[in-house]
Amino acid sequence: MSAAFAPGTRVRVKDDWPERRGPCHIRTPHYLRGREGVVQAVLGEFPNPEDLAFARPAPRRTLYHVLFDQKPVWDEGEAGDGLLVEIFEHWLEPAATPTQEAA
Amino acid sequence: MSAPARPESIALLERLVAALQARGLVSEEEIAQRQASTDRASPEIGARMVARAWADPEWRRFMVANGAAAAEQMGVSMAGAPPLGILEDTPHLHHLVVCTLCSCYPRAVLGYPPHWYKSFEYRARAVREPRAVLAEWGTVLPAGMQVRVVDSTADYRWMVLPLRPAGTEGWSEEQLAALVTRDVMVGVALPRLPVAAAAE
Repeated sequence: MSAAFAPGTRVRVKDDWPERRGPCHIRTPHYLRGREGVVQAVLGEFPNPEDLAFARPAPRRTLYHVLFDQKPVWDEGEAGDGLLVEIFEHWLEPAATPTQEAA
Repeated sequence: MSAPARPESIALLERLVAALQARGLVSEEEIAQRQASTDRASPEIGARMVARAWADPEWRRFMVANGAAAAEQMGVSMAGAPPLGILEDTPHLHHLVVCTLCSCYPRAVLGYPPHWYKSFEYRARAVREPRAVLAEWGTVLPAGMQVRVVDSTADYRWMVLPLRPAGTEGWSEEQLAALVTRDVMVGVALPRLPVAAAAE
């Protein structure tokens, strides 16, 4: 299995709310749903905790470290402040805002 | 006079352990070993890692690349433990660790998490207004320092590798380790020189 998103790629956390559909276990914080960030690192592959929590067979999923600007999420903080969060690949999609090419 | 009633939670735990043992899923010895290694873990381990990273650039690179391997070199058994990530502070970037979902914490190198780390207040506020939380801790960041909150939501555990304070040139690793508290490695505090040393 290879990572779909390379470091530096702009991604969007899916605006999905499985907790509204029934019992579930989710590691994606609510405050990041629908938010855009940048992949900082590929952390590896881990059994999907959403399955592990219910003792189901848990396929391995790629885990990313994704960096989000603090300001758009909470309207707090100073320029450059950020939130660095572990997000599984199946929660990520390409961002609407294109990845900026390195200068 | 009868003995005080035991909490229901203790009886429940005993029944769970008995059920696991009856099914051969865990032995008494394994439980004792895990309890012993959990009790041995303390912030002193993390502090020794930080001090060595300050003193030895090669070790620093090794530790940042593979925190678990570095912990193993300090005598910690990381078998079955989650990977350990190292967050390098820089002159322009300060890290603060929280777990908003529960209480994920690098127990292997920091020991038991403090109660405040698990509180709803810390978990809600650290991610939302980290600068206000730091200010209440008495932690004053230099102007222009960016704050990066690391929300520990999944399979890694994170510890902060802070900046080595000025005025510690020539210090031994033992002296340096004494500056590195649990709070420093969570990121709510900065390493501080003892008043006597700072006044010299």
